[in-house]
Amino acid sequence: MSVLPYPLLSLSLVLMWMTLNSFTIGHLLLGGIIATFASWGMAALRPHKPRIRRWHLLPYLIGIVLYDIVRSNIAVVSIILAGRSHRQRSGFLAIHLDLKDQTALAILAVIVTSTPGTAWLEYNSSDGTLLIHVLDLVEEQEWTDLVKNRYERLLMEIFE
Amino acid sequence: MSQAADLPLWAAIAVSAFLLLGSALALIGTIGLTRLPTFYERLHAPTLGTSWGTGGVVMASMIFFTVTGSRPVFHEILIGIFVTVTTPVTLMLLAQAALHRDRAEGDANVPPSATAGTGAGKEAPAAGTAD
Repeated sequence: MSVLPYPLLSLSLVLMWMTLNSFTIGHLLLGGIIATFASWGMAALRPHKPRIRRWHLLPYLIGIVLYDIVRSNIAVVSIILAGRSHRQRSGFLAIHLDLKDQTALAILAVIVTSTPGTAWLEYNSSDGTLLIHVLDLVEEQEWTDLVKNRYERLLMEIFE
Repeated sequence: MSQAADLPLWAAIAVSAFLLLGSALALIGTIGLTRLPTFYERLHAPTLGTSWGTGGVVMASMIFFTVTGSRPVFHEILIGIFVTVTTPVTLMLLAQAALHRDRAEGDANVPPSATAGTGAGKEAPAAGTAD
């Protein structure tokens, strides 16, 4: 067993400790000790360890997700404020996912959920079917493309 | 709030703009929660508050305390991260409960469970939560 079984987790914990306290040597040491013990505790649980293959694509993913969140916020606000004329357009959408990595699926769930207008309902891991609910389902293909081409392909490049 | 008087004009404008944006989005989200007709549509409305609703208020807070406190303050960003990362958990729980109820009642508008092939409204446990 290595000293730091989860380097990324330890690094995030140290950074979090220092943002909550202050950026001083003392807090770096204290946070470092806490992060080391925390990562040993995490190792005892033996969680699935994500393997990030292409780091440079992460900022790009964060960028397009933030942009999409802004865009879909505007879309949902206009639907809510437009009122009753916009009814009967929401619906369910089943998408077949080729993504298998657990961490990547978790990130996809966060993306789908945090963009207003799409809600992750159910994922079937045996055949890879994802059921989402879309508030403004005018063009089914458009939403399938959004999840498949915009997010899934990028996540697969990063994690698989 | 004696600090607020020391705030330069540009920061005051930025803080109020972000604060108004964030709270307006949260308000519109709650209006949507009361106005949208079905459960699944109502799921979407509060995500306005958890995405840019939180984001706007957090940005305003960061700008205000960074400008008045003379050192960078960005631990608020942790609030944004944790709200974003934990929202899917509650949302999926609610969605799974609703799907289970509607399938058990044989609601035709809800797609059948993908797990059992033909198993609409079975007692099968809600398989296929994320991870």
